[in-house]
Amino acid sequence: MRKLADVILPPVTLAAMLSAIYMVFVYVPTDKVQGIVQRIFYFHVPLAIMAFVAFGTVAVASVMFLWRGTRTWDRVAHAAAEVGMLFCTLVLITGPIWARPVWGTWWTWDARLTTTLILWLIYAAYLMLRSTSGPGDQGARYAAVLGIVGAVDIPIINRSVYWWRTIHPAVLVTREGSSGLADPRMQSTLGICFLAFFLLFLWLLWVRNENMRLGDEVEALRQQALGQA
Amino acid sequence: MSADIDGADMTNLNFLFGAYTAVWVLLFLYILSLSRRNRSLDKEVDELRELLQRRKP
Repeated sequence: MRKLADVILPPVTLAAMLSAIYMVFVYVPTDKVQGIVQRIFYFHVPLAIMAFVAFGTVAVASVMFLWRGTRTWDRVAHAAAEVGMLFCTLVLITGPIWARPVWGTWWTWDARLTTTLILWLIYAAYLMLRSTSGPGDQGARYAAVLGIVGAVDIPIINRSVYWWRTIHPAVLVTREGSSGLADPRMQSTLGICFLAFFLLFLWLLWVRNENMRLGDEVEALRQQALGQA
Repeated sequence: MSADIDGADMTNLNFLFGAYTAVWVLLFLYILSLSRRNRSLDKEVDELRELLQRRKP
């Protein structure tokens, strides 16, 4: 597992990311309606889906932590929340940059945009809770509950374009049920971008988790050193 | 959405540039901060182990 994550995952992720960049800027055709700015979608959509995957991981790991009480699950939840926040922040940056030339405004209180901002705020609160709670399990348990409750927003975001009248495009599946990307080259480019960001998510999750494991080790060694003094 | 094979309309290129720059800058900064934290923690673990080793009777 360690060898896979430390030796194999980084170059494979880099190769997938370079392929994704090549496809976005060279291979894929320009959209006739939106023009060149539509290419933002190829990173924006996978970032959004991976943010959902990350926050879903927080919820699952939090359930496991509350059930088993092991620090390993708590670390996974905390690391996934941080990576999810990074991805969700990028979604909220790239979305308005795309919206400005297409909609004529940076932001509108559309159902999908608003529910995504709520998701960002929930996990920002989760990370603030983690950073302000002292040592011990209590803060971790409160954060775990927040991590589970926060994930309820994910299916709401997913269904928001179908439940409410919104101007946000349904990129993967249109409201009529067909693919949002008609050209097969657009579909394959989006597929490679999904793969690249999934690998990036796994790698960042692993590195951040290792980071926290080392932090725990430092704390244990400090306690040992204080005990000897 | 239909595609234009040789679509060379460069209108709004600055928005495309801005979006991808934001993605890469933030990702780079996060990876850099992770690598710095890892290095400093690794060093701290080594120092503490050495200290404990020296204190052993």
